[in-house]
Amino acid sequence: MTGPATRAADPDRRPATGPAALPGTPAVELRDARLAFGERVLWDGLDLRVETGEFVAVLGPNGSGKTTLLKVLLGQLGLGGGEVRVGGRPPARGSNRIGYIPQQRAMDVDVPLRARDLVGLGLDGHRLGLRPGRGARRERAARVAAALEAVGAAGYARVPVGRLSGGEQQRLRVAQALVGDPSVLLCDEPLLSLDLANQRVVSDLIDRRRWEAGTAVLFVTHEINPVLPMVDRVLYLVDGRFRVGTPDEVMTTEVLSELYRTRVDVLRVRDRIVVVGAEGDGRHCEHPEPRGG
Amino acid sequence: MGDVIGRLFTVEGTADLLRLPFVRSALIAAALLGLVAGLLAPLIVTRGMAFAVHGTSELTFAGGAAALVAGLQVGVGAVVGALLAAIVFGLLGLRQRERDSVIGVVLAFGLGIGVLLLAVYPGRAANKFGLLIGSIVAVDSTNLWLLGACTVLVVAALAVWYRPLLFASADPEVAAARGVPVRWLSPLFAVLIGLTTALAVPAVGAILVLAVMVTPGAAAVRVSANPVVVTVLAVVFAEVALVGGTLLSLGPGVPVSGYVATLIFLCYLGCRLVGRVRGVPARTA
Repeated sequence: MTGPATRAADPDRRPATGPAALPGTPAVELRDARLAFGERVLWDGLDLRVETGEFVAVLGPNGSGKTTLLKVLLGQLGLGGGEVRVGGRPPARGSNRIGYIPQQRAMDVDVPLRARDLVGLGLDGHRLGLRPGRGARRERAARVAAALEAVGAAGYARVPVGRLSGGEQQRLRVAQALVGDPSVLLCDEPLLSLDLANQRVVSDLIDRRRWEAGTAVLFVTHEINPVLPMVDRVLYLVDGRFRVGTPDEVMTTEVLSELYRTRVDVLRVRDRIVVVGAEGDGRHCEHPEPRGG
Repeated sequence: MGDVIGRLFTVEGTADLLRLPFVRSALIAAALLGLVAGLLAPLIVTRGMAFAVHGTSELTFAGGAAALVAGLQVGVGAVVGALLAAIVFGLLGLRQRERDSVIGVVLAFGLGIGVLLLAVYPGRAANKFGLLIGSIVAVDSTNLWLLGACTVLVVAALAVWYRPLLFASADPEVAAARGVPVRWLSPLFAVLIGLTTALAVPAVGAILVLAVMVTPGAAAVRVSANPVVVTVLAVVFAEVALVGGTLLSLGPGVPVSGYVATLIFLCYLGCRLVGRVRGVPARTA
């Protein structure tokens, strides 16, 4: 139940308290949470407490309710039972407490947005009404510029998003999610369809944010290895069963065999975790192919 | 040939015509239509809804034809048809392939019904033709008020929802995560399209609605990716085509649609050319 503070002996690496976090309040808290669609129970009795600055990887096969969990935290879906709190309060749609990073999808060349416009929409795209007054506009521009700078995207701030590479677009996604200064960052397969170098860049940007601002990270992924050094704890979901713990506790032959109810072997090869035999989850250890278009 | 060209490009009598009230009404109508069409066009292009606009215009045509046969105001029928289409299309999913086939089905039905209704309509042929190819001088003061009211409505709706609409159109997944009500913005936007189409059909005709509601946006995104610049350019292009087309059509006394379609097509060609030369859309736009 402890954040990165336990493994960071170096006091400089201790995460700051997030600006939006109340002292002593977990960034995310689920108590006895249940979610079901009709007969199908995605999960029940789920307890999860994510502390400020903690990095939790959410793993599991397709259809195990990983993305649905994010939807609950975003306020898009209600629980069937139990309680959920984000920063001590019930989830609210459009809250600036939460930043969201989707998986990379190519944007059309003729989308009338420049890099800075895309990031700006992350700040106030959900607000009604016309452009703000001059003072507010200047502050907005400064925040957008700072967010672009933080992800190393200042050089292409004025470039149309449709003309950027997948890696460049995904950096913008990080900036777009962080520009509202969230205390929780929800990531839905943000590394999918990126090459290794860009996976590294994007996951490092996410990691840096939690050290600098204490932002808690919930990271849905098929593939734990690219983020393994950052992961404090794992939430592993399979068919309504789940397990929460450190990677060493959860990513074992014993635990995964129990979750999948079949023989699953977990091997440590150098600094990577290889899972063999997770039924219906053959993509677990390879780099999955990009979904959709 | 020379005669035909001479006839199509005469400005003889244009000055006199400009003094007539119905000509002024036509110009005001063109300007209002240019404003709303130009404002909506970039969003239509971003949402990939060109085909939905076309489908809406065919149902508008059917609605107008039905009103004609029933002895009602054509404008009323057009608005009813357009809103029906808008609601149907607005409720369709965002998945392009599924949406397009449904639109194709509805469009063909609307066009067929419209043609059938016109065939049994006993009145003047000009009235029939007007719905298909448009006649902006047919705009009378009642229509002008209707047009004005609809313009105010569309502009007001955009003033409130433009940003969420842009967000939901360009980046639906993150927009939904940020609390933008993506699901009901779709029918809202479809209603805006419906209203504008209903106004455009009597003026430029069902066949050419795409020219004023899609082409200005398609042209503007070729030269800029700044959403404000794109919107301003689209409005300018739509105004040039509609007001310019109306003025050019006065002398020869032929329907406005040919001029509108040609002017806006020239804008589009020009934008593609500029975009190509600058390496589209320009990295410094």
